[in-house]
Amino acid sequence: MSTITLHDTHNHDDHAHGHHKETFLTKYVFSQDHKMIAKQFLITGIIMAVIAMGLSILFRLQLAWPDKSFPILETFLGRWAEGGRIRPDFYLALVTIHGTIMVFFVLTAGLSGTFSNLLIPLQIGARDMASPFLNMLSYWFFFTACVIMMSSFFIQTGPASAGWTVYPPLSALPKAIDGSGLGMTLWLVSMICFVASSLMGGINYVSTVLNMRTKGMDLWKMPLTIWAFFLTAILGILSFPVLVAGVVLLIFDRSFGTSFYLSDIVIGTQVLPNEGGSPILWQHLFWFLGHPEVYIVIMPALGISSEVISINARKPIFGYHAMIYSLIGITVLSFIVWGHHMFVTGMNPLLGGVFMITTLIIAVPSAVKTFNYLATLWRGNIRFTPAMLFAIGLVSFFISGGLTGIFLGNASLDINLHDTYFVVAHFHLVMGSAAIFGMLAGVYHWYPKMFGRMMNAKLGYLHFWVTFICAYLVFFPLHFLGLDGVPRRYYAFTEFEFMQKWVTVNIFVTWSAIIAALAQVAFLFNFFYSIFKGKKAPQNPWEANTLEWTTPVEHLHGNWPGEIPTVYRWPYDYSKPGADADFIPQTVPFSQTMSSNMPHDFEGNTEAERIQNDWNLKQQSLEKSKQD
Amino acid sequence: MEVQRTTFKKMSLRKFISNKTMAVLAVLLTAFANTSAFAQEAAAGAAATAAAKPVDMEPIYKSAIFYALLFLLLCLFIAIVGKALRVYELTREAQDKPMGINWNAINGSLFALFLIVGLYGVYWEYTVHGNMILPEAASEHGKKIDNMFNITLIITTIVFVLTHIFLFTFSYFYKHSGKRKAYYYPHNNTLEKIWTFIPALVLTVLVLMGFLTWRSIFYKVEDPNNKPINIEITSQQFAWTIRYAGKDGVVGRKNFKLITGLNGLGVDFKDKNAMDDLLADEMVIPVNKPVKLILTSKDVLHSFYMPNFRVQLNTVPGMASFFEFTPTITTAEMQVKTGDPSFKYLFYCSKICGSGHYNMQKTVRVVSQEEYNAWIAKQPTYLTNDLRKQFGLPLVADPAAPAATAAEPAAKDTAAVKTNQLALKK
Repeated sequence: MSTITLHDTHNHDDHAHGHHKETFLTKYVFSQDHKMIAKQFLITGIIMAVIAMGLSILFRLQLAWPDKSFPILETFLGRWAEGGRIRPDFYLALVTIHGTIMVFFVLTAGLSGTFSNLLIPLQIGARDMASPFLNMLSYWFFFTACVIMMSSFFIQTGPASAGWTVYPPLSALPKAIDGSGLGMTLWLVSMICFVASSLMGGINYVSTVLNMRTKGMDLWKMPLTIWAFFLTAILGILSFPVLVAGVVLLIFDRSFGTSFYLSDIVIGTQVLPNEGGSPILWQHLFWFLGHPEVYIVIMPALGISSEVISINARKPIFGYHAMIYSLIGITVLSFIVWGHHMFVTGMNPLLGGVFMITTLIIAVPSAVKTFNYLATLWRGNIRFTPAMLFAIGLVSFFISGGLTGIFLGNASLDINLHDTYFVVAHFHLVMGSAAIFGMLAGVYHWYPKMFGRMMNAKLGYLHFWVTFICAYLVFFPLHFLGLDGVPRRYYAFTEFEFMQKWVTVNIFVTWSAIIAALAQVAFLFNFFYSIFKGKKAPQNPWEANTLEWTTPVEHLHGNWPGEIPTVYRWPYDYSKPGADADFIPQTVPFSQTMSSNMPHDFEGNTEAERIQNDWNLKQQSLEKSKQD
Repeated sequence: MEVQRTTFKKMSLRKFISNKTMAVLAVLLTAFANTSAFAQEAAAGAAATAAAKPVDMEPIYKSAIFYALLFLLLCLFIAIVGKALRVYELTREAQDKPMGINWNAINGSLFALFLIVGLYGVYWEYTVHGNMILPEAASEHGKKIDNMFNITLIITTIVFVLTHIFLFTFSYFYKHSGKRKAYYYPHNNTLEKIWTFIPALVLTVLVLMGFLTWRSIFYKVEDPNNKPINIEITSQQFAWTIRYAGKDGVVGRKNFKLITGLNGLGVDFKDKNAMDDLLADEMVIPVNKPVKLILTSKDVLHSFYMPNFRVQLNTVPGMASFFEFTPTITTAEMQVKTGDPSFKYLFYCSKICGSGHYNMQKTVRVVSQEEYNAWIAKQPTYLTNDLRKQFGLPLVADPAAPAATAAEPAAKDTAAVKTNQLALKK
């Protein structure tokens, strides 16, 4: 690789950007510009997140005050909350839809969809995605999925209520629970649209990363965000189709009388004709997606936090290669750990043993990432922007939630913890809170790139601190409910004497959740207000190295007005000794930074090393003559 | 010219500030005036009605509008604080003084504070909520699980505390300062090796322990002298049915197609082993004797969860699953240990199964062998006269009183061995 080069005139992307007329429809609705699509994903994701958060507050109210009536609930929910009290089957619907929206629509589409779309072209130096049209379709399939999912709140039998994992037979038999009627059909249709969307997105991300990098941007010069999005997209492409396979079989079981998942079932005294199926098959298919899915959720968040932490600590990310290898390790391993969700399903115990081994191995790359974050912070010069606060919060949640995973990944311990509140606490910390914090870090950090304006930092601090503290107050105590053997998805704790002691904890948790939810108002206000009234963003507000900050603040289709910049160095040259500024953008060639170049920068290029040596000698003789 | 412009700028800034300050002051004043006016009114009102009846605030606390207004008030307060901060910063700027508030220092210190308060919070949680969790395991394998849990807890707690100390102290000590440059330290392969190897080693130990325990739970070698008691549990929305094997020690076959209102489990009485099966309303088991649970489901998935014994396994329609365990502490002993005379063992459902999921429980009593023998002798057979009619079997005088048929435990055991062998041959 030539490292000391002049700008060459090589030009492969000179398609003229004559300002062809853009209508409102082509600019804001059916846009094919990756930046606009990213914003569409983000805002849809935020709306879905607010809805799902609202649902969670509803069922938290029920858990805290199972005997109280809230007349306002009846006003809004009608017969789902007759007399101001949520009905048990609606409680399950709330839990189900909360989980589905959060996992799929917010943390998969809202996170990957937003930041992969925004950052992949901008950070690798491409004018747009490989297939802008497919990209647009991806958003609209996602939007359709959202609409279908939400429409299930407006039908007679209510939304799907078999839990977000929709285990059959419960999800297959409308007689077993009302939500398994039309609501479940809508769930399945919505999920198919969603998977179509995420496949189109994923294929686009992978092909863009592989084919459209600018000159000089080899794989080992890509920012960690891009690595994370790239590997996430691969995970999605390989695992989501399996969910569709499962979903199609479930549709057959529900509507066409097949017996893939059903066997030996009697509802009341009605004997169903199904024979020979196995409910466990669904669990295998579901978790073959489902477990990679949790990494689909967390890996982009880890990528974003790597970038944000490095920029704001003004230090290179520690162990760039180790970070990438650990991401690759997580990607590969995540395909062979799905069975740890099924230790107590009655599947062959031998499988349990195998899955326990693979599951605990995956903790190693996760640990490596954590230690690398800590090492990056060490002796940094940390700027606490709101994005940085959220990234640090992510590391904290990732540690807390990751460690409880060691309990659950151990098949023997899982016997007593499975399906209890311990699980709820675990995944809400490691997947829920950590991933949401990654997403929020990304929003605060790249907001100037998205909207050309700055968000208010002080509101960001308020938002962070209240959310961070309340998230711990909500989820930390829940571990202990699990250790007391309180199962999840219980409508009320009133029927068990031993659960009475947890009612006060439930009230405390609910209040914390309400405060956390109210804190989001600070974010929402900040977000939407700043779109119109925020301070105008400077070119490079965080003094970052990556390519997206070389594009003009005002968006244009094609990203760079002239030639796409060439990349000469890795993205993490922060506080390099010998350099004047504490950052050196990727577009600065080594020839301009002779005073700060290091031997390993040249990757064995002897010519470049020779030039550097000559320069060093000249420098030394100059200094000597000065001293003389 | 330049000077003029700056002074002009400053003046307008001053004007702006004074406007803002005035506005803030006005807002504060009105807010204060309003509240005091309200207070006075309320006081007057209260004084007037105090004699008649106290003001009933209950409906007000219940109304959503009350809380919405409270929240709006809070927003207003935050907005005022925000404006005040802005004004302060602008004044500093106008006076050409360094940046008003060092947010890096504030956030760094907040992280340090969070660390201290958080660590205390964790300690409080461990000691207070940690004391509210399940009592010690009441089964043989449960003790192993508890041991392993404790080891894992110690290891993870150490890691948890150390990493958080690093995370937040680094945040505190290395907060931004203009005088300093960060230390350029891109990688160190030795460090990477260390923190790959050590977690790998610790996890290997945990995996090995977990794997061996897991094997010991699910791969049991049957001791012919200490045969487990077979109990079949059938789940349905939202109830459990408990069927004991009877004196032959074998639970009879069943077939879901035979399920009727009368024969709720669909027991097939063509299988002779089914004839003496007993129906029980609670699970009573003798202490220190292995129990083998045969778990089945009639409709959807449920999960048989008996946390005191560290037992959990899903019940799956169309597939029987098995869990063998040995209870070690009787209910009476546990009542003494927990200091709770009303303590009882339970099993309940832990897999989402429908609207009654939250109330699907049965009592478990662990008793001495003698008590067990006395109890089991009183249990009715599953086979009632009505069922005999249905299957064309000869009627008996009083099938609900099987006391006469209950044999000596020793005799029963040998009988059980025989029938077991027969069953195996079949």
